[in-house]
Amino acid sequence: MKRRLVVAFGVLVVSGAALIPLQLLIGRSASEAHFRTTSFDIGLRERIGQTGFLAALSGFRSPLAAILWIEAHTAWENTEWGRMAGIFETVTTLQPRSLMYWDMASWHMAWNAAIAAMQNKEQRSEVLRLKARREYEEMGRYFLERGIANNPDRYQLYLQMGMLQRDRLENHCAAADAFLKASEFPDAPPYAARFAGYEMAKCPGREREAYLHLRRLYERGESQRLPSLINLLGEMENKLDIPRAERIGSSPSTPETGQN
Amino acid sequence: MKALRILIAIGRNTFTELVRQRVFFFLLIFALLVIGNSAFMARLSFQEQFQMLKDISLGAMSVFSSMLAILATAGFLPKDMEDRTIYTILAKPVPRWLYLLGKLTGIFSLLAVAVLLMAALFLGVLWMQESSVLAETRAHLQNASAEELAMALKEVTDSTFQANLIPGIIVIFLKAALLASLTLFISSFATSSIFTILMAAAVYFIGHLQSTARDYWLAGVDPEWWMRLLAAAVALVFPDLQAFNLTDDIIAGTAVPMTLFVETALLGLLYTTVYFTLAAFVFSGREL
Repeated sequence: MKRRLVVAFGVLVVSGAALIPLQLLIGRSASEAHFRTTSFDIGLRERIGQTGFLAALSGFRSPLAAILWIEAHTAWENTEWGRMAGIFETVTTLQPRSLMYWDMASWHMAWNAAIAAMQNKEQRSEVLRLKARREYEEMGRYFLERGIANNPDRYQLYLQMGMLQRDRLENHCAAADAFLKASEFPDAPPYAARFAGYEMAKCPGREREAYLHLRRLYERGESQRLPSLINLLGEMENKLDIPRAERIGSSPSTPETGQN
Repeated sequence: MKALRILIAIGRNTFTELVRQRVFFFLLIFALLVIGNSAFMARLSFQEQFQMLKDISLGAMSVFSSMLAILATAGFLPKDMEDRTIYTILAKPVPRWLYLLGKLTGIFSLLAVAVLLMAALFLGVLWMQESSVLAETRAHLQNASAEELAMALKEVTDSTFQANLIPGIIVIFLKAALLASLTLFISSFATSSIFTILMAAAVYFIGHLQSTARDYWLAGVDPEWWMRLLAAAVALVFPDLQAFNLTDDIIAGTAVPMTLFVETALLGLLYTTVYFTLAAFVFSGREL
């Protein structure tokens, strides 16, 4: 039996070598399909501890992320914003392809934590309250930026970035760019393109681009001809002094857009 | 034809024996985990609820099927020797490899039934939760436009069932089958079931690091020869179990390309065949 065992181990090693090309092929296919993008670095090891790291390495990344998310929810109920941010960092590192984690982490920071910072009665200085609010909003933006970097093939986080830039950071130019990017995806909701136009109209220097964009949407048909879009187009036609013959309702043709 | 009849008879017998050992009782724990999880998650948003349900359920499916594969396979050879049933079977014109294949067929059937039951339970709870959230959404958006309602409903359905979950569940079964075959190989030369279980568990953990060792070895960056040798040994002796971890990313919404699924399934089948062949080879020379 000992001889057979030695032969068996020899065959095992040869089979292992023969299977390496297939393993590498799977690794390449997985990488192309955005699988296994988690970075198992020393930072993650320090945050989740040895047992958690071992569990993550053993194929239990998603249950571990779920457990940590529940912990973050408890931290939220206790309004422990700093602890939440730390847990979000770990969860998003464990599951970088999960849009929900990026989206919720950003929302908690930029909305809940930022508003709580502004309402913090223990901080008497309004300047410091405002500073804290800005820091949380920036943290929300940071989560979305990292989320987008990990999921460049999906529209959802671009849409969330547009909303964050519009509603919290009040940067209409950046909001327009984010909505525009989201609208380029074939499965994006139709309102992404409209939102891009609305925000572009508020971005100094891009009024004409906004007009052309919204006009193009208008020409797409009834589904895009919402009252807010028609009203805004009317206002912009006046502002940009568009000739009467080219205004909406006057001509069925679409003007040359030049860009998206 | 005769060999097939023997194979089916041994396989059926093994399956019945394992069922009589009440191995399916673990399904109660799985059910508690899935149903309890969904009840506890009621305070979270629906996206969070669905994500948690998928994370916990698929993770538990992977753990339970892997544990079942190792424990069920590690026990049968020592048990058959202790009961002396192995001598009765092998005294008849039954080749040893056929005996092992029959046993493995029984264990594969058990794993398939276990994975199917867990999948049915998980998908059933997911479907019930989805129906409840869809009904709530329809009630809340009674006065909304058709576009708004359609978008809201799409958001709910996008967060629940994805066709990608099916290849993920199949890969969980393939990983369990690989582990059963690997455990059988260890069992073919082991002297006790404890040794087999410990070895299989160690291979399970090291197997998840095999890809790291392999990439390190192939990169050839380490100047120390013995480090390169160690990495090569891990890469060549242990299976690449990380390749079977598709569910983590499937849950996150990543689509599984058919090529990746086929390549992973092929790797699973090849590993299973290699380990079974080696088990049969070693076992045929073993003194009973």
